[in-house]
Amino acid sequence: MIRRSLHVLGNAIARWPVARQIAESGLGDAAVSARTRRLHSRLEGTSTVESVCPYCAVGCGTLVRVKDGQVVDVEGNPESPINQGTLCPKGADTFQYTVNPNRLTTALYRRPRGTQWEEVSLDWAMDRIARLTRETRDRTWRDTDGAGRPLRHTPGVGFLGGAALDNEENYLIKKLCVGAGIVFVENQARI
Amino acid sequence: MGSNFAECHPVAFRFALRAREHGAELVHVDPRFNRTSAHATQYAQIRAGTDIAFLGALVNHVLHSERWNTDPFFQEYVRRFTNAATIIERGFRDVGELGGMFSGWEDDHYCPDTWQYEGTQRVVHLHERYTELCRILSHEAHSLHGGRTVGGPPPRDPTLQDPRCVLQLLRRHFAPYTPEAVSEICGVPAERITRVAETLLANSGADRTTAVTYAVGWTQHTTGPQIIATAAILQLLLGNIGRPGGGILVLRGHATIQGSTDIPTLYDMLPGYLHMPTELDTHATLDTYIANEGGGAGQWGYAREYLVSLLKAYFGEAATAENDFCYEYLPRIDGDYSHFPMFVAMHEGRLQGLFLMGQNPAVGGPNAEYQREGLRRLRWLVVRDIFLTESATAWESDPAGCDTEVFLLPAATVVEKDGSFTNTHRLIQWHDKAVEPPGDARSDAWFVYHLGRRLKALYRRSSEPRDRPIQALTWDYPLHGDGEEPVIDYVLREINGYTWAPTWSARAQLQHMADLRADGSTACGCWLYAGVHTGRNVAAARVPDDYVSPGWGFSWPNNVRLLYNRASADALGNPWSEEKKYVWWDEVLGRWTGLDVPDFPAEKRPDDPGDRDATGMAAVAGDSPFVMKPDGKGWLFFPFGMKDGPMPTHYEPWETPVHNALYAEAERNPVTKHWDVPGNPYNDVANPAYPHVITTYRLTEHHTGGGMTRWNSWLAELQPGAFVEISPELAAEEGIEHLGWVTLRTARGEAEARAFVTRRMRPLSVQGRVIHQIGFPWHFGGDGIVTGDSANLLASMVADPNVSIHEGKVFTCAIRAGRLTGDGARAVAGAGGGTGGARRGSER
Repeated sequence: MIRRSLHVLGNAIARWPVARQIAESGLGDAAVSARTRRLHSRLEGTSTVESVCPYCAVGCGTLVRVKDGQVVDVEGNPESPINQGTLCPKGADTFQYTVNPNRLTTALYRRPRGTQWEEVSLDWAMDRIARLTRETRDRTWRDTDGAGRPLRHTPGVGFLGGAALDNEENYLIKKLCVGAGIVFVENQARI
Repeated sequence: MGSNFAECHPVAFRFALRAREHGAELVHVDPRFNRTSAHATQYAQIRAGTDIAFLGALVNHVLHSERWNTDPFFQEYVRRFTNAATIIERGFRDVGELGGMFSGWEDDHYCPDTWQYEGTQRVVHLHERYTELCRILSHEAHSLHGGRTVGGPPPRDPTLQDPRCVLQLLRRHFAPYTPEAVSEICGVPAERITRVAETLLANSGADRTTAVTYAVGWTQHTTGPQIIATAAILQLLLGNIGRPGGGILVLRGHATIQGSTDIPTLYDMLPGYLHMPTELDTHATLDTYIANEGGGAGQWGYAREYLVSLLKAYFGEAATAENDFCYEYLPRIDGDYSHFPMFVAMHEGRLQGLFLMGQNPAVGGPNAEYQREGLRRLRWLVVRDIFLTESATAWESDPAGCDTEVFLLPAATVVEKDGSFTNTHRLIQWHDKAVEPPGDARSDAWFVYHLGRRLKALYRRSSEPRDRPIQALTWDYPLHGDGEEPVIDYVLREINGYTWAPTWSARAQLQHMADLRADGSTACGCWLYAGVHTGRNVAAARVPDDYVSPGWGFSWPNNVRLLYNRASADALGNPWSEEKKYVWWDEVLGRWTGLDVPDFPAEKRPDDPGDRDATGMAAVAGDSPFVMKPDGKGWLFFPFGMKDGPMPTHYEPWETPVHNALYAEAERNPVTKHWDVPGNPYNDVANPAYPHVITTYRLTEHHTGGGMTRWNSWLAELQPGAFVEISPELAAEEGIEHLGWVTLRTARGEAEARAFVTRRMRPLSVQGRVIHQIGFPWHFGGDGIVTGDSANLLASMVADPNVSIHEGKVFTCAIRAGRLTGDGARAVAGAGGGTGGARRGSER
C-alpha cells in the first residue's frame, strides 16, 4: 500500500513540469503533457481540395478537407487574392451546407392529389420525366405562328434555374432547350 | 449606392475598409442605415426608388462646377473617349419640353428614330413588326449590338458648344436636378447632396479615381437599368471608367449569376449575349440575322464567327455551310418568355411542365402566393435542390385540389462536383470535386446530360422535321464513375471552343477569341469565354499576386482584369499620371502594354483613324476604348438600346406614396411592364390606404430564398426568424412595440413578422409630408429550421421594360400591430404543413 502510494507520488513528481524540465534539461518536448501528446489536429491525415464558396458572387476560395471520403472541414483559402483566408458566416457554413442530416438524399415523388411523398428509384423518375417531357413537348408544339412565320418551339415546358448552378450546367441546359425547342428558359439572373 | 456592401458582400468590403484606412472617402447612400453606413465617412438616407434624382443632382453639379469645366483631364477624356461631341437628330425633344416624355412616343412604346446620331438610321426600325417586338421582348431584340446603323459618320463638334451635341443636351436635361429640387424628391438635405458631389469631384481626375459599387438595390426597380446608366454618365464625365480604382462595380448576389448571364439560361439570349432569333423576317436566315445583329464596327463585327461556331458546337457534323450551319434549328421567340410571363402561363395552363433547378420562387418570386398557385397548376414539376423548398411543397396547402405530379430530386453541393463559377468580377474560377454526393444526390450536369440522353433515345426513330435538332445535338461528353457523371472538363473545353473534328481526340483547343472562324472550321460554346480552356484549364490557375492577379483564374474577355483599360492612357497613349498608370502605348515595341492584358487590339496605334470601310476592330479608331460600341465611345446619350429613353429620367416607383415632383404628366416610367392579371393587383399612386414605403433586403446569415441556409443550424442560431425594421416614430404612431408582432398589408396580401424598432430607420420629409420607410428581409418561408413569412407575399409582379427585372426594392404598404387573422392566417397553417413534409422527406 505504502509502496504503491510512493510509486504514485513518484510518478506525480516525475510528471510535474518543473521536475521534467530539470530532468530533461529544458523546455520543448519536456513541457508537453502526455494528454497534449495524444492530441492532434482533426485535419491530420486529410487531403485538401480547392473549391469556391457557393453563396454570393465575391468568389472566396475555400479549402475542403477530406478524410475517408468524408468532408471534415471547409475553410477559407489563404492563397486566394480575393478572401486571403477569410470567410463570412455563410461561407464558413459551407461545411454544414454539405454535411447536414436535413439534406435530401432520396428521389421523392408526389402523385396527383397525393397527400405525401413516396420514395422512388432515380431511374424510374428519370424515365418518367423524359416521357412527360416528350409528351408535353409534342402536344404543345408550335411550328409556325398565325401568319405562317416559323416558331419551331414549345411553350409547354419550362426550365427555371438558380444562379448557383455551374457554368457548364447552364451551358448544357441551354443547349438541350435549344435542341428540344424549349423557349421558357429562365434563371435567377433575371429577377 | 444600391448596396449594403458590408453585410451582403462582407469579404469584398475588406478592400473598401482598407481604402478608408488609407484616407479614402467612403460614401453610402441608402434607404436604410446599416453596417455599411456605419463604416462610411458620409451617409445620406434617401427615399427608396429615387436614385436617378440623387445621381442626377450629382451630374448637374459636376457639369456646372468650375473644376470640371477647366481641368484639362476631364475635358480631354470626355471629348475623346465619349460621345459628348456627337450631334443628335434635329427632331429630338427632351422630357422638359414634352411633360416627362421623350420624342417618339407611339401609344405604348417609343420609336427611337429621333434619338439617333444625326444622319444615321437604324435599319430595323423600318420593319413593320419591329415596334411590336420591341415592346414585348426583354431586350431590344434587333438593335442592341449596333450592326445596322446606316449613314454617317455623324457630325461632331469638338468644341462641345453646338446646342444639339450630346453634352449640351445633357446639360439641359439635368438642369432641373438642383440640390433643392432633388432634396424634395429624395428626402435628403440639399447640402448633403452637394457635399457628396464635391467629394466625387475632389477624388476624380488625372491622378485620382472614384469607384461606384451597386447591387440589386439599383437593379430591382422599374427604372433599374436607367439608374445604372445615370451612374455611367457620372463616371464617364469624371473620367472614372477604364482606369484603375474607378469603374462601376456590380456586387452580384449568387456564386455564378454572372456566368448564368454570360452562358445564359435566359429565354432571349444565346451564349455570349447573342440574341435568340425572333420570328421576324430580319432573323429569317443566317445572313439576315448577321446583317441585323452584327457585321459592323467594333467587337460585334464578328457576330458571324460567334454564331457559326456556336452552331458547330451545338449541331456538330450536321451543321454545314450548305444548310447555314443548321441556323433553322434554333427555336424562334415571338414574345416575352421571362420569369413573370412564365408564371402567368402556368396560371393560364399554357406552361404545363417545369424543371425547377436550384431556385425557390415560392419565396423568392415577387407576389409569392401567385407563384405558388402557378406551381400548383402545372401538370408536372421537377424540383432539384439540396434541401426541401417551399416550391417543392406548394401542393401541400391544397393536396386534394392539386393535380401536379411532383418529382423531388436531391442535388449535389459545390464540393461534390467539378465545375466553374463566374464571379462578380467576370472571374471564372474552377472548383474540384472533393467527395461523392450522398444517396440519390447528383449534379445538375448529370441530370441534364441523362435527360438529354433519354430524350435523344425517345426521338431516335422519329422522322418529324421538328425532331431533327434534338437528333443532331452533339451530346458526346465522356462519362466517368458508377453514376456515369459527364466529365465536366470536356464541357468547359466545348465552351472555350476547338477546331472542328468529329472526335475529341482530333480536336485542338482554341487559344483566343480571335481564333474563331465563320466557315465551320471552329466550334465554340461561348465566344466570350475563349481562352478559358486552351488545353490547360485556365479557370483552375492559382497564382496570386498583390495587385490584379492575372495568374488566378480567368476573367473574360481574354483574361482582361479591367474592362476598357485603353482609357487608362490619354489620346496619345501615355498614362494620364504616374499614380494611375495602368495600360499604355509603347512606341518602341509598337504595342499596348502595362499591368493588365490590354482590352484593345494590341498593335493598333493611338493615332490610327480607323478604317471606315472596314468591319470589326479595323474600323475602330485608336482613341476609342469602348470597343463594344460601334463608334468606340462611352455613351452619355443612348441613341438606341434603351426602351425608356436616351437619357435617364426621374420617374416615381410603380407604387409610390407621392406624386412626381418633376413631371406631373408622366409620373411613372411610361414603358413599365405590368401584368394586369387576376391575383396581381397594384396599390395606386399616393393611395392613403398604403401610405408607407417598403424595401426588401438580405441578411448576412441567409441567402436569397433560404434554400441554401434555412436548414443549417449554425446560421439558424445566428438569424432565427423574420422581422421588419421600423422607426420609433412609426412604432409610436401605430402602437407597435419593439419585438412585438406586426402585420403588413398590400393589395396582394398580408404577412406577419416581429417588429425591430430602431433609430436606423428614420422618417423622411418629402414634399411637405412625413414618409415612413419599412425594411423587410425576404429570406423566409415555411420550410426549414428557420421559418417566417415571405416578404414577397407583399410584392407585385411589375418590371422594367429593358430587362424585365422586378421592382422588389420599393413598393407601398400598410402596417398594424398584431398578428395575422382571418384569411391571412392560412399562410401560417400552410407553413406548418410544409415543415412536416420536410421532416418526412429528410428522415428517410
